[in-house]
Amino acid sequence: MKYLREEIFPTKFCSGCGCGTVLNCYAHAIDELGLNPENIVSVTGIGCSSWIPSPYLKCDTLHTTHGRPLAFATGVKIMKPDMDVVVIAGDGDIAGIGGNHLIHSARRNLDISVFLVNNYIYGMTGGQVSPTTPMGHPTTTTPYKNIEHPMKIAELVAAAGASYVARWTTYNVFPLMESMQNAFKKKGFSFIEILSPCPVAHGRKIGMREGQDYLNMFKEKAIKIEKVKNLSEKELEDRIVIGKFVDRERTEFTESLRKLNQERIGK
Amino acid sequence: MDYYENYLKKFEGKTFFILGDEAVAYGALFARCNFFGGYPITPASEVAELIARLLPNVNGYYVQFEDEIASIGAVIGAAWAGGKAMTATSGPGFSLMQENIGYAVMTETPCVIVDVQRSGPSTGQATKPAQGDVMQARWGTHGDHEIIALAPSSVQECFDLMIDCFNLSEIYRTPVILLTDGEIGHLREKMVMPKLKDVKIVKRPKAKDNKSVFGGQLIPPMMEFGRGGFIHVTGSTHKTSGMRDVESQEVHEELITRIYKKIETNREKIVRIEKKHMKNAKVAVVSYGASARPSLGAVERARRNKKKVGFFRFITIWPFARKQITELGKQVDTILVPEMNLGQISREIERFVDCEVISVPKIGGIVHSIDEIYAKIKEVV
Amino acid sequence: MIEIDEELCKGCGICTDFCPMKVLETSDKINKKGYYPPKAVKEDECLGCRLCELLCPEFAIFIINE
Ligand SMILES: Cc1ncc(C[n+]2csc(CCOP(=O)(O)OP(=O)(O)O)c2C)c(N)n1
Ligand code: SF4
Ligand code: SF4
Repeated sequence: MKYLREEIFPTKFCSGCGCGTVLNCYAHAIDELGLNPENIVSVTGIGCSSWIPSPYLKCDTLHTTHGRPLAFATGVKIMKPDMDVVVIAGDGDIAGIGGNHLIHSARRNLDISVFLVNNYIYGMTGGQVSPTTPMGHPTTTTPYKNIEHPMKIAELVAAAGASYVARWTTYNVFPLMESMQNAFKKKGFSFIEILSPCPVAHGRKIGMREGQDYLNMFKEKAIKIEKVKNLSEKELEDRIVIGKFVDRERTEFTESLRKLNQERIGK
Repeated sequence: MDYYENYLKKFEGKTFFILGDEAVAYGALFARCNFFGGYPITPASEVAELIARLLPNVNGYYVQFEDEIASIGAVIGAAWAGGKAMTATSGPGFSLMQENIGYAVMTETPCVIVDVQRSGPSTGQATKPAQGDVMQARWGTHGDHEIIALAPSSVQECFDLMIDCFNLSEIYRTPVILLTDGEIGHLREKMVMPKLKDVKIVKRPKAKDNKSVFGGQLIPPMMEFGRGGFIHVTGSTHKTSGMRDVESQEVHEELITRIYKKIETNREKIVRIEKKHMKNAKVAVVSYGASARPSLGAVERARRNKKKVGFFRFITIWPFARKQITELGKQVDTILVPEMNLGQISREIERFVDCEVISVPKIGGIVHSIDEIYAKIKEVV
Repeated sequence: MIEIDEELCKGCGICTDFCPMKVLETSDKINKKGYYPPKAVKEDECLGCRLCELLCPEFAIFIINE
């Protein structure tokens, strides 16, 4: 496939890992939109999910520090407003250590696409609890069980002011791919939370040792956002709400920056 | 149209009576900075406040970020997107930036970080000047690396060195620190804007292809995003092509040694010092930044009183002026080192001289007085 | 047509499990990395839906719709 650095395949992801599926959907989305890869910058953090485009996707890639890809991406997008800037990183990266950048990039409504790969765990470091680990799950640093509430990231980003917010799983490959295309097309902060298997660092402690275990779980627990209106919080506790959360027009940041400059230079 | 030329013409040749921080902002403008990411902090906020006013007029971009980590991150991102980018902060913010400064070192990203030093550790005396970040500038980020840091002693120098910082960052493809202090930052004095034709601006060398953006020569040329190079930029150990290779000992050694050497082997080109009254001097007062001002005053008083005392000032703090200090140590019997910390540069000097080195510290948010330094001189001559 | 690049496969079994028509099965051939790639056993029943192509984490399957 022309969008991949084919010489370095197969990937370094574990067997059954969802990162490859996300990469697959990403590459297909670009392909179907017919985007020129020379016009794409993928910005990533540190973690397994950050390796999705870095270095497998053949485009300009900025593999940054843990938690900071959104900050780096802001600098890139401001200087290169005509390029498609895409941030891909994990839940620990974007929602944990870099959570503040997520809120503020969404608030500014910076015109980038963010694909957050939520695998419920810190995968690269070997399975420590993450801000999205479900309550009750044992991890290497919650050896008895996780006693914290997991974060609802898509809902948070929607509240923070993003133009486009969705949540899908790696089981929903077709809607996910379509959603990625919409994210590309949308002007403003486009955010997709992608629930993804980590059968190795997360699954092994809860008896989900295969990628399929996750896909079956996603299939079973997922509920379309259109169907949740009349359900109580309690009823939704163990469900995964998928679909498009937000799709709205809102003033975009780099455009405002440019307008401001035009006003000044006009003088 | 060159918005920049047009706008700068308003200033060229003019005399201003401004703060050191403001001179930093004007210097950045004359260096053609077009991206500033920052977060407010005393005593550096005036840099941001002025540059926020200036940049839109030259089609540059100012963004106040959610913190200093984001600020330096965006600066590095902007640089890879072709920008001339900078940030300005003080101690607490400088501490937060350290991880990403290391990233800029590792990815060889040209950018400028202004640290207007204030009294620490921690919030310390938040509004008061100090020179306590000298070693943080050198070793704040983890791992082996070299760094460039310049320290201005006047408002004029804030302007001039800011242009130098940008140029050095382009020449050596490295982050450069303007290590100023709250005293100089908040000092208001006269400065003259140069003529545009007299300002030397180093253009970023551009790579012809993407094969050796991260090696192949001591200072490889850069390739910005969007040029079809499919550049891979990573803070992890990488090969000449940019591809990650974190397993091989050789790849790491080659990369880090090269990044280290590009500054080390050009030390003499980067080092700037100022010497005064050194003829037949047997004692030297060695200082930098704000504390160099009373130091010079004390030396001049000593000379008036027929004492054989000279003055030596570091303009380049890092890389360290080893050769010049070693020579100085051969000429004089005693080196006095006034600085607004408990002896950070004093200790560095000791490594390169055999003569006596006496630290003259002053902390607590005020600069040494001429009397204080003169008293020390009298003790040793 | 189902194209399988056996050397890319990591034998996760996702394609074989989730094909709606059960067109794919794990083969008994072992690849260089030591995994068992899938093989198409009922290619004529393939719907051309491309689910396996998109689900595969390794870009090992491509469906070429004529
Ligand atoms: C400042 C910093 N702290 C900690 C780490 C170590 N670290 C590397 S990856 C990672 C977590 C990765 O988890 P996540 O972002 O969810 O990505 P995943 O590997 O699960 O895809 C951590 C804590 C680091 N690289 N930098
Ligand atoms: S540890 Fe988890 S997230 Fe990382 S590659 Fe393996 S399965 Fe994927
Ligand atoms: S989904 Fe891909 S990697 Fe997994 S078994 Fe099928 S071909 Fe192999």
